[in-house]
Amino acid sequence: MSSKKYPALIGLLLVLSLLLVACGGSAQIGNAPEPTVDAPAVDAPDVAVPSPTEAEAAADAPAASGAPANVTLQLKWVAQAQFAGYYAALDQGFYEAENLNVTIRPGGPDIAPEQVVASGQAQFGINWLASLLSVREQGTPLVNIAQIYRYAGMRQLSWKDSNITSPEDLRGKKVAVWFFGNEFDLLATLAKYNINPDSDITLVQQPFDMNLLLNREVDSAAAMTYNELYQVLSAGHTIDELNILDYNAEGTAMPEDGIFVSEEWLNAAPENKDIAARFLRATFKGWEYCRDNVDACVDIVLKNDVSGVMTPEAQKWQMEEVNKLVWGDPIDNNAKIGYMEPELFKFGADTALQFGVITKPADESAYTHEIWELATGNQ
Amino acid sequence: MGDHDLSLPKYTSQSKSAAAQLMARLLPVTYVVVGLLCAWEGIKALWSINDNTLPHLSSIVSFFGSRSQGGRGPLLVYQMLVNALATFGVAFGGFVIGGMLGFLLALIFTQSKLLERGLMPYVVGSQTVPILAIAPMVVVGLGQMGSPDWLAKAFIAAYLTFFPVTIGMLRGLRAASSEALALMHSYAASPVQIFLKLRLPASLPYLFTALKVAATASVIGAIVAELPAGSSMGIGVVILNAAQYYNSRPEALYAAVLIAGCVGLVFYGIVAAAERLIVRERRIEA
Repeated sequence: MSSKKYPALIGLLLVLSLLLVACGGSAQIGNAPEPTVDAPAVDAPDVAVPSPTEAEAAADAPAASGAPANVTLQLKWVAQAQFAGYYAALDQGFYEAENLNVTIRPGGPDIAPEQVVASGQAQFGINWLASLLSVREQGTPLVNIAQIYRYAGMRQLSWKDSNITSPEDLRGKKVAVWFFGNEFDLLATLAKYNINPDSDITLVQQPFDMNLLLNREVDSAAAMTYNELYQVLSAGHTIDELNILDYNAEGTAMPEDGIFVSEEWLNAAPENKDIAARFLRATFKGWEYCRDNVDACVDIVLKNDVSGVMTPEAQKWQMEEVNKLVWGDPIDNNAKIGYMEPELFKFGADTALQFGVITKPADESAYTHEIWELATGNQ
Repeated sequence: MGDHDLSLPKYTSQSKSAAAQLMARLLPVTYVVVGLLCAWEGIKALWSINDNTLPHLSSIVSFFGSRSQGGRGPLLVYQMLVNALATFGVAFGGFVIGGMLGFLLALIFTQSKLLERGLMPYVVGSQTVPILAIAPMVVVGLGQMGSPDWLAKAFIAAYLTFFPVTIGMLRGLRAASSEALALMHSYAASPVQIFLKLRLPASLPYLFTALKVAATASVIGAIVAELPAGSSMGIGVVILNAAQYYNSRPEALYAAVLIAGCVGLVFYGIVAAAERLIVRERRIEA
C-alpha cells in the first residue's frame, strides 16, 4: 500500500513545486507596482495608468545623460493626498523629465523612513524634523534637503461647550495626543503657558482614530487638519461645533513633512547631489501641479490607492488642506517651496532639545540649502 | 507488501455520493452563517448601535458592489480580489518555505536526539516572540541584503508556518508502530527504505493536519508582513487604510476582515483538497 502512495507523494511534491513557481510569479506580479508605481500591475490594469506624455517629456529631458537614475522615496504614511506632490510628479512625468526613475514606497505604522534611508533601501525619505534629529543624534548621518510643509497641520480640537479657546484653558482638562514624536507641539505650547503636563492636565495617549473625542471621553484631542479633522466632520459634525487650537498661531508648531537623504549617499558620488537637485526640482513641480490642479491630483492619489478604500471627498479635503501647509493660507504662488527657514529649524531643534528628543543641541548641519539652491537656481 | 498495513492508521473508504457529501457539509455552515447574520443585526437593533460603530450587513455587501476612486475605478470586489491575490502569493511563498523548513527540521530531529534536545527549545521559543516585533527587522535586514520585498514578506509568513509542520512531522515520523518497524528490520530494510516505505507514509495524516494549521497561519504572517514592507497592495494595506477611514467608512474595515478570512478559508481548502488527492478519500477511523 505504501508503494502505491509513493507516486502520489511525488505528485504532491510536483504540484507543490509547480505552485511555488506559479506563486513566485504571481507574488512578483503582486509586487510589481512597488518598484515603479507608473508601471501598471498585470492583474490590476486600472490601478495606475501612466500619462501618454511621459515618453515625450523624457525625450527632451534637460538633465538627461545616459540611463535614468533609479531612486526610491520612502513615505511617512500610506499613499494619500499628504504626498500628492510626489505622486503627481511621477504621474505627470516630471521625474522622468529629470531623467529619474522614481519608486514611491508607502509608509505604515511599522516603517521608520529614517531607517529605510539609512539602510540604503531608499535614497529619499519623508518625515518630521524632530524624528530626523533624534535619529541623527544616535549616529545616523541624515540631512534635511527640503522642508516641504512650511506650516504645521497639527491642531488640538475640542468641543465648543468645553470652552477651550486658548491653551490656558487646557488646565485641568483631559487632553489626548499622539505620542512617539507627535506630542511636541502640545508640550511646547504647555511650556509656553507654564502648564505642567504631569500635574496641571491629564495627558491621554490617543489612538489613530478620533473616537476619544467623538465619544467625549477626552476634552481635547490632537488632529491633523488634512485627516482627522475631516474624520470628525464626516462623523456628522460641523466645524462650528469645534474649537481649534492652531500651533502655527502660537509659534509652537514643529516642522512636519520634509525630505531627507543620507549624507553618505549624498557625498558618495559627485552626481548624487545632481540627482537630489533634480529630484527636488521635479518634486516642486509636482506640488505646483497639485496647487493648481486639485481635482487632477485627487485622481492621481486615488489611482495609487490600490486598497480602493479612499474616497474622493476625503482626499479632496486633504489635498486642499495640504496645499495650505505647503503654500500658505491663502495660497501664495511665490512661496519658496521646500526652503527650510533657519528660524523654523532653530525652533524645531530647540524644542526637540527642551523635551528630550535629543540630548545635545542640534547643529545646523542637520539641514542644508545646497540642494535646494542647486534645484531652484536661487541663492 | 500487504503487511505494511500494520503501520498505517486504518482507513475505510466512504461510498456516499459527492453531491450528498457536499450538501451534508454545507448545511451546518449555512445554519451558522445565517445565525451569525441574525445575531449581528439583532445586536445592532437591540442596543441601537449606530452605523458608524457597527454598519448594517447590507452596507458591507453594497461596499463590495460600489466602485473605487469615487465611481470611476474598478468594482471594489475586484479591487479586493487583487489585494487578496497579492496576500495569497506571499502567504503561499511563506507556506512553501516554512513547510520545507519544518519538514527538514523534523527529519533532522528524528535522526539525532541530541540535536532535538538542543534545538527544540529554540524552535518553541521562536513562536513566543511576537511576529509584530520581528517583522520590521526581517524586512529591513533582508532588504539590506538586496532581497526583493515579496521574499522578505514570505519569510515572515514562513516564520509562522514552519513550527506546526516541525511538530506535526516529528510526531508523524515517529508514528510507525514498533511491530511494523520490527518487520522492516527483519526484512533487512535499509534506513532509506524504512523511511520511504514506512515512516513517510505513516506520517502523512500528521503532515496534513500540520499543513492546515500552517496554511491559515501563513495568511496572518503575510498580512502582518505587508505593513513594515511598505507594500502598496495586499490585505494588510487595505486593513490599514480602512482603519484610518473607519470613522467615515466603517464598512471598508469589515469588508477587509471578511476578505482576509476568505483567503484563509481558500488556502485551507486547497490543503484539504491536496490531502484528499494524496490520501485518496480514505479517512482515519476513530
